[in-house]
Amino acid sequence: MDINPILLLAALMVASTPILLAAIGELVTERAGVLNLGVEGMMIMGAVAGYIVGHSTGSPLAGFAGAAAAGIGLSLVFAILTQVLLTNQTATGLGLTLFGMGLASLMGQGFEPALPVTVSKIAIPGLSSIPVLGPILFQHDAIVYLSILLVLAVYLVLGYSRAGLILRAVGENHDAAHALGYPVRLVRLLAIMFGGACAGLGGAYISLVRVPQWIDGITAGAGWIALAIVVFASWKPWRLIGGAYLFGGMTVLQLNIQGDGGKIFGVTVPVEYLSMTPFVATIVVLVVMSAGRAPGSLGKSFHASN
Amino acid sequence: MTLLEISGLTKAYPGVVANKNVSFSIGKGEIHALLGENGAGKSTLVKTIYGLVRPDSGTMTMKGQPFTPTDPRAARASGVAMVFQHFSLFDALTVSENIALGMDNPPLRRDIAARIQEVSRTYGLPLDPMMVVGDLSAGERQRVEIVRCLLQSPELLIMDEPTSVLTPQEVSILFETLRLLSSEGTSILYISHKLEEIRTLCHHATILRHGVVVGTCVPKQTTSREMAELMVGATLQAPKRDHATPGTALLRLQGLSVPAPHEFGTALKDITLTVRAGEVLGIGGVAGNGQDELVAALSGETTVPDDMIEWQGKAIGRLMPNDRRALGLCAAPEERNGHAAAPDMTLTENALLTGRTRMQLANRGIIDWAKTREFAQTIIEAFDVRTPSTETNARSLSGGNLQKFVIGREILQRSRLLIVNQPTWGVDAAAAAAIRQSLLDLAAEGSAVVVISQDLDEILEVADSFAALTDGRLSPPVSTKGLSLDQIGMMLGGAHDMETAHVDA
Amino acid sequence: MLTLEKRPHRSAFWTWAAPPVAVLLTILFGMVLFLILGKDPVIAIKAIFWDPVFGEFAFYYRPEIVKKAAPLVLIATGLAFGFRAGIWNIGAEGQYIIGAICGAGVALAFYPLEARWIVFPLAIVAGALGGMIWAAIPAILRIYFKTNEILVSLMLVYVAQVLITAFASGLLRSPDGHGFPGSRNLSQYSAAANLDLISGTGMHWGVVAALVAVLIAFFVLTRHQFGFDVRLTGQSPRAAAFSGINPNRLVLFSMALSGGLAGLAGIFEVTGPAGQILASFPKFYGFTAIIVAFLGRLHPLGILLAGLLMALTYIGGEVAQDNLQLPAAAILTFQGMLLFAILAVDTLTMYRLRRSRKEVR
Repeated sequence: MDINPILLLAALMVASTPILLAAIGELVTERAGVLNLGVEGMMIMGAVAGYIVGHSTGSPLAGFAGAAAAGIGLSLVFAILTQVLLTNQTATGLGLTLFGMGLASLMGQGFEPALPVTVSKIAIPGLSSIPVLGPILFQHDAIVYLSILLVLAVYLVLGYSRAGLILRAVGENHDAAHALGYPVRLVRLLAIMFGGACAGLGGAYISLVRVPQWIDGITAGAGWIALAIVVFASWKPWRLIGGAYLFGGMTVLQLNIQGDGGKIFGVTVPVEYLSMTPFVATIVVLVVMSAGRAPGSLGKSFHASN
Repeated sequence: MTLLEISGLTKAYPGVVANKNVSFSIGKGEIHALLGENGAGKSTLVKTIYGLVRPDSGTMTMKGQPFTPTDPRAARASGVAMVFQHFSLFDALTVSENIALGMDNPPLRRDIAARIQEVSRTYGLPLDPMMVVGDLSAGERQRVEIVRCLLQSPELLIMDEPTSVLTPQEVSILFETLRLLSSEGTSILYISHKLEEIRTLCHHATILRHGVVVGTCVPKQTTSREMAELMVGATLQAPKRDHATPGTALLRLQGLSVPAPHEFGTALKDITLTVRAGEVLGIGGVAGNGQDELVAALSGETTVPDDMIEWQGKAIGRLMPNDRRALGLCAAPEERNGHAAAPDMTLTENALLTGRTRMQLANRGIIDWAKTREFAQTIIEAFDVRTPSTETNARSLSGGNLQKFVIGREILQRSRLLIVNQPTWGVDAAAAAAIRQSLLDLAAEGSAVVVISQDLDEILEVADSFAALTDGRLSPPVSTKGLSLDQIGMMLGGAHDMETAHVDA
Repeated sequence: MLTLEKRPHRSAFWTWAAPPVAVLLTILFGMVLFLILGKDPVIAIKAIFWDPVFGEFAFYYRPEIVKKAAPLVLIATGLAFGFRAGIWNIGAEGQYIIGAICGAGVALAFYPLEARWIVFPLAIVAGALGGMIWAAIPAILRIYFKTNEILVSLMLVYVAQVLITAFASGLLRSPDGHGFPGSRNLSQYSAAANLDLISGTGMHWGVVAALVAVLIAFFVLTRHQFGFDVRLTGQSPRAAAFSGINPNRLVLFSMALSGGLAGLAGIFEVTGPAGQILASFPKFYGFTAIIVAFLGRLHPLGILLAGLLMALTYIGGEVAQDNLQLPAAAILTFQGMLLFAILAVDTLTMYRLRRSRKEVR
């Protein structure tokens, strides 16, 4: 194997970012007691919207904003169905994924990029010149930093703010939260929208930075892996980073081995089997890691009947 | 001086008028009882005062000002605080987080712990602010709620059935706290159906029946019987019973130990017990001390090593519920909707739920619906279950009717031993009397009955012997003849002191 | 403001009215979608819902509808049991693919033996077993490790997709295929071919299997202990445990059942309409069947009708694609809307809308 470990680790952070973004959004949604299985659909909507807006305006910022808006838009469909019309969250989430994939494909058809989009890397002064760690950690684009800052922000808000406490209370026991006078549905609506925005950003990162182009079905299961990582992280923000980077690492390593002719310690492995490793790894991790305690009201419909 | 004045309050839900033209007033520093059976409209009234329900008509005034809270926040701002019976604590959060959630302008994180300790010292309610609420006992959980209210220095404190989860000793501590608050000028609206408590604690009482005020009284000058008859609207009959001599041993538990089923459950610890034919054994204890777990271990919902449970000399710990039913070991868990019965299924389907084995309602997996319907009909007739038909969903029956159905279902499959948990919880007085009588009749026919209840009066009424369940341990049974409430209180509270902490859960 | 209020009983009216109302709502929203896409909405709806059944070329489309409906109904019937019990097998697409691979593998192992009475039944059994085993993986992991069956079964779809690509260009590649990926064409291997039983009707063995599955499922759900256990577990899991139902056995059973039926759909498809193992073999049937299951409100007879309706939107979509250049993805979007509509309208069976003052948030 002839793989530069520094480049590999730097690439790992790039590969993990979409999953990390989607996962932190879903984590907040689930901590509010809502299970949104439509992450994949919201990601792919973000991917196509980010691509279209970005390449129409030439501005990466506009692209990512458009992606977040598209993610929120789709999440609102979910919010209205599950929070107002009290539909089954599992079925609605699955529907959201199917619907999002169809709609994204529809929007992406025949779109011709007008302007190029460049997401530039920002080397953090001082830190980026540290040998080894500098190139791995501190020479990335803004979204990579944003994803980590978001995790930090979610950690602080959930653990140390009143808003975070209310959100956790709503997710833990919605009847009690209602009895104390907290607006259960409003809190959940906001959490679902945050999840949508994050998934949208994650999707756009795939179509604008990581690949970067639009292909049907471009997210290829990243949204589902994000869902798995939330379980893996036991709903704790800082553990998401570990999970996301583990899977990012899998993906990058697997791609590198493919590029290297599929040789692992001299044994050639068919390309197809390598490309299933992220999915098999997800299953293995789900099995090995026993999940922590899920929020008490996760996935249950709330109706303020007396 | 009047604090809260309610006049002409009416609230209707589809098909039922919860409150009809209700009026009463509470003075400053007064402890006012709101008395009534389940479904009399007490909770709707209280929710109206707390801003959770908007009345259809009627007015409320607080210190002479119009009082129309739109939500609990507004009610709290006007000085109303409420201790709930259910649904208001968050198991996974700490004591201080729970308390902060109940306050509108909570102090800073580091200050709140100090405030909690200050209030709990003043009112004799010890609490550790950093404990996770799910690990607390029922009494401690109630303290969390009370402290949460007291931190806001309320003018009116509403307490909804506060003693249903307490031991007699804990009840007297609570009453001292409430009297102290009252002497400091806090008014208390005390909701209960326990008459003796109201007589010892309250200054005035308003009695509700079917949403209407049917009387007011000064409890200390009124007998329990008078209040009960106002509340129920009929004269009551105590169940008839003869003490039988117990027969052969049916069930024997030997060192029954079960780990806690989930994070906030209770482990059963080394329970040894013999239940004989014809005997009614009462098991008392405060909620959350292992009642659900004990029922599950006996019914077969939880299986245990084989020789921990013996049925007529045969080890049956590993048997599944239906195999145990085949032997005649039947159970009725506490929660009717969703445990003992499936709320969205018809009574016929609910009859099949436990009746399939002993009543032979299915043949090689193929269900005989005609026979099942007949079984359901028999239960309905024999136990006077008020329902339009056997095809009615369990959900739409009242608590008392569904409970009669559930108990009837087990009794009519000729159970040899029946375990019931909280047989009359949330059931109106007439149905409760009928259920207790049917349990006694079953025992008189030679079957054994194990009644698990938090209502000690109920246990003294039906049981031949009494055992206390505390923190998953069961005391040796004693005869109920001549047993006083105080002695029972000692048995229930005493074991608590032997446990140093809740670390073993 | 309108609020929802829980009904004491399921509404009999909405139980029947919900699916047609949902279809009408979807047509309305679909027309808006087609309008945005710059197509005449009335013509598009007619192309999707009318032309395949009653149009000029209906004689060609009708059998196609039957062939499309068969796998959808077969898979959805199996899924409905699990969904009712709160067991979420989302990976039917993977089980369908694995069923096809296993069945085709067995059939091809006999090639060119002309013994239909051995080859075809063995292929069918292998297909069903393949799907069953693939579905048993998430079931067993859920039972022993409490892993989430939704995520595991879904991950296995991606694995199955990788596998079929690998097999198409590897182990099962046709030796006569000039090096192109793809297995031998099984519909041309008469010992394994799943052709129309009555030529030109679209009635192949898969259709027969789907009808039989619907009938058996109907019986099991209404008259058999297993059906009762499934319903009870879904409605109140604690009551089910109290009743004596072993939840683990139920998980394994219903997962294996749905996997087996998905595998069957796969083998009937690969030996018939699809013909060969190819990377493009997966047709999203496993996912669409989820919509079918809900649209048929998890009832076998409802699923039969829903499967036919969904097949109609597929074929109609193709018609619209040919005549109006309506993009294929529009139909996927349309189907997604159909699922949303049925879920939303279904709320009315358990709740009623009430005009009221704002009371409780």
